[in-house]
Parts: sequence; structure tokens; C-alpha cells
Amino acid sequence: MTPTTSRAERTTTYAVLIVFTVIAVFPLLAVASQAFGLPHPSTDAFTGAWRKGHFARYLTNSLIVVTVVVLAASVLSILAGYALGTMEFTGTTALFYVFLAGLMVPTEAIVVPLYFDLRSVGLDNTLPGLMLPQIAQSVSFGVFWMRAYFRSAPRSLIEASRMDGASSWTTLWRVLLPVGRPAILTMVVLIAMWTWNEFLLALVIMNSNEDLRTAPLGLSIFQGQHQTEYQMLMAAALIVAAPVVLVYVFLQRHFIAGMLSGAIKE
Amino acid sequence: MKPPVTRAPDHAAGDRAPDPAPAPARPAGARPPGEPRRIGYLYVLPALVVYAAFLLWPLLHGAYLSLFHWDGLTVGTWAGLGNYTQAISDPHLRGTFRHAAVLVLFYAVLPCCIAFLLVAVMSRSRPRGLTFFRTVLFLPQVVAMVAVAVAWQWIYSEHGPINGTLRLVGLGGLARGWLGDFTWALPSVGLIGTWAEIGLAMVLFLAGVQKIPRELYEAARVDGAGAVREFFAVTLPGLRRELSVALTLTIIAALRNFDLIYLTTGGGPGDATRVPAYEVYNRTFNTGEVGLACAIGITIAIVVFAVTAGVGRLVEGRA
Repeated sequence: MTPTTSRAERTTTYAVLIVFTVIAVFPLLAVASQAFGLPHPSTDAFTGAWRKGHFARYLTNSLIVVTVVVLAASVLSILAGYALGTMEFTGTTALFYVFLAGLMVPTEAIVVPLYFDLRSVGLDNTLPGLMLPQIAQSVSFGVFWMRAYFRSAPRSLIEASRMDGASSWTTLWRVLLPVGRPAILTMVVLIAMWTWNEFLLALVIMNSNEDLRTAPLGLSIFQGQHQTEYQMLMAAALIVAAPVVLVYVFLQRHFIAGMLSGAIKE
Repeated sequence: MKPPVTRAPDHAAGDRAPDPAPAPARPAGARPPGEPRRIGYLYVLPALVVYAAFLLWPLLHGAYLSLFHWDGLTVGTWAGLGNYTQAISDPHLRGTFRHAAVLVLFYAVLPCCIAFLLVAVMSRSRPRGLTFFRTVLFLPQVVAMVAVAVAWQWIYSEHGPINGTLRLVGLGGLARGWLGDFTWALPSVGLIGTWAEIGLAMVLFLAGVQKIPRELYEAARVDGAGAVREFFAVTLPGLRRELSVALTLTIIAALRNFDLIYLTTGGGPGDATRVPAYEVYNRTFNTGEVGLACAIGITIAIVVFAVTAGVGRLVEGRA
């Protein structure tokens, strides 16, 4: 006898799922309806926020920061993960744990010394000053992620490539990377999201240069200036959140798989 | 759909290349591809340099600064562990850690309990459209915390949707500016965390439940187990690993909530919502106690480290 799920049970399941789905999206829908001024739809709040909040500039800054951080962190992580995942040399395990430890270092623990360090070398209020710490944080995740990928890559591929006389460099770029595109894409979307959403570092490092504010920092300043103009504030919040949400809708699998593996234990 | 959680990151969640036939056995002693290669250092070097300069160094520098009384301008004086003892003994600072503990209830315990309830209900049927539900439930995790904070500040405001709903159902007497209320500010902020983290716990547990063999449920039913016993005998033990991952991630989120506090309450009213993550910023830039701020930052790092190492051991009973 096979007890199957009853109709009642199925209904409960869906009811529960739907209730919590509604809870998850209710604030977002409320925000959207406020921003669009329902029940009298208009996009005035968006154009107003866009202009008064200088979001064209701030989104551009964020895009530049994200692009550079993602590119630099990905290349560095691929190189280091490749070596730690496929080669044997003294200290591979130790080096891996050094990188892994970075996953556990909260921004709160480094932001203050970072502020004084960057200021002393003149990198505060500059884009590189904001990018480099984020590249470092991303590398910590990236090395962990790419090493795991390279370890799981079929050994026979590497061997065959070496038999053909390919160098380790050629093997990496010609053989392993094309196969590893899904893993790399996951890493890229996660680093892009973390970098886009980063607030504390931007707040502290871009403390006086208004032209280089990122989108989240711009939003926080905008909130300070328009305390109770909620329609425009909600529009601004949507503008800042939208890029990541859009990417998420298309690549949700990569976001979820990557973020849930954040608490890894080997 | 592959379960998203594994011991190592789940690259199979993408489209892993089809596994080729197992490599032919090699004579003992032949050992490419992992043979010793010094060139490995060259590959690691660039990443290591950036990582050391912009993460490790600030961490060490922060630990060093935490041993001084320093206002950020003049010459600091040696404090030893004075800043740390102050963080523990000063009633204001002790309060921030108490607030953090309360927030752990809202960020971690409550979402996990709710998520458990949900999967208990759903554990035996495998609903369709799971990808859709998963995508929506997980959505709060990808929205910038700054945007979340701005949104909820309006939702909790005097004329926001929560008070609007209360007035609509005749409970207008309860309406208030939730984030400005000494009693309600901290739970209100906490509930934002609950909202954000439920999805994380749910998605984890959903994936875990899919992996529990159906036969276990059938066997439990044949034994005449009710829904409650079934939950404790089958579902809960089957989700231990997911529970430990969920608790670890959500507790850390509760400790690293500078964005939310800074943008919703700024620690107020009074210091009703002051948390350690906020004090790191506040003590550096508002009160000029840089050494103390660094000590608090290092303390947060130590707690995060302990949580990461400890929760799994506790929940999963690993040695």
C-alpha cells in the first residue's frame, strides 16, 4: 500500500506557499504602488527622483565600480583557484584557508582601519579606493569557488591537454575555462550583486566626493534630503534595487546556488 | 532541479560538462596533473597581493588600533585590552550586544521556526511550480539593503501601509510611528530582518526536504505516526544540515546589519536600536573613539567566526 498525498494536503501546501509568497512580495508591491502613485498612475516620481537624486551619475558610478571589481576579481580568482585546485606545491592548503578566512571577515571589522589606510595614501574619495577593498573581499569568495570548480573538473581533460604539450596557461584558458562557464557565471553574478549593493564601504570611503557616489550611497543621501516625500523616495529605492532584481529574475538559479553555498564546511 | 546545498559548492547547479569515462588507471608513480609545480605560486600571487593589502592588512591594523585610545587625530595612548573590557562593561555598549542578541531571535530563530512550520506542512507533497515560489521567496535576499531600509521606513511610518491597515480594521488606537517608539523600534527593525531571512531559510529547507526519501514518510505512516511525530522523526532529522547552514547565515546577517540600522533608526530613539555594527561607525566618525570602534569591529569578527565554527557542530553534532 502506498499512502499518497491527499487532495487536502496538496491544497494546504499551496495555500501555505502562496501566503508566504504574498508576504515576501507585499512590501515590494506596496512600494511600487506608492512610487507609481496608484490609483492615479504616473511616472512623475521616477523622473523627479532621477533628476533631483542625480541617479544617472550614481548608477553610472556603480556600473563602473561593478564592472572593474567583477573583471579584476574574476581574473585573480580564476588564476589562484586554478593553481590551488589543480597543482601541488608547498602551502596549497594553508593558502586556501587564508583566502577562506576572508569569507568570515565582516566589513565592520576592516572599514575603520581601511579608512585611515586609504586616506594616508590618498585613495580615499577615489574609485580605486572603493574598488580595491571590494576586489579583495570578492577574491576571498572567488578563490574558494573557483578552486572547487577546478577540483571537480575532469582530470582526464587536464591530462590530455598536457599530453598535447600544452602549457598550464593554455590548459587553463583553452580547455578548462570554456567548460567552466556556468561556474564562472555564478561567481560573476554574485560578485556583481554584492558590489552593487555595498553601502558601508561607499559611505566611509566616498565621504566627501559627491561626484563619485554609488547608487546605494546616493539613495541614502537622497533619503536624508527628502525625508517624507515618500512617493519619490520609493521611486528612488526601486531605481537603485532594479538592476540586481532584473538580473536575478533571469539568473535566479545562479544566485540561489551560490549564496546558499556561502556556509561551506569542508 | 538539484538541491542547492552540498558540502562543496554545487557547480552541478549549472550545467556541468558530461562526465567523461573514468580515466584509465595509471601505473603507480605517474602523477600529472597535480604534480608539484612551482609555477602555482605565480598564479596565486596577484590575488594574494590584493587580498593581503586590502583585507588582511586592514584586519591586522584594526586589531592593532583596538589596543589604543585614539581619537583619529592626535597621538594615541596604549590601552591594552582596555577597549575590550570597556565594550563588555560599559552599560551602553553592553546594551548594543543585548540588542544584537534580540535581533538574532528575529533574524535567525523566528525565520527558521516559520520555515520549519511551512516545510512540515509541505513535506509530503511535492508541489509544482517550485521554481517560481523559490524565486519569489528568495527575492528579498537580492534587494539592496539600502532600498529595503528606505522602503520599510515608509511602511512603518505614521501614515504608512501598516498604520493604514490598522485604522482600516478599527485598530487605529495601535497606530504609531513604529520606528520612533522606544518599545517597538527594536522589534520593528527585527521584523524587517525576519521578512528578509524567511526566504533564505525556506529555500534551504525546501531543497532539503526534496532529498528526504519518500519511503521514510511512507514507513512512518505505516507505523501510524501522526503529522507531529512524523515531523520530529523524519523531517527534522533530515534537515539538520540545512538548519545549520540557515542558522549560520542568518545569525551572521543579524550581526552585520549596519545598513538597516543606519538608514531606518540611526540607533534611536535614544539608543533603543544601537547595535555593535552601528557603533563601529558611530564611535569612529561621531565620538572620535577609534580604538574602541576597532575593538567592537574585531569583536564582531570573532563572534562571526565562532558562529561559523560552532553552529554546525551544535546542530549537526559533528565532532
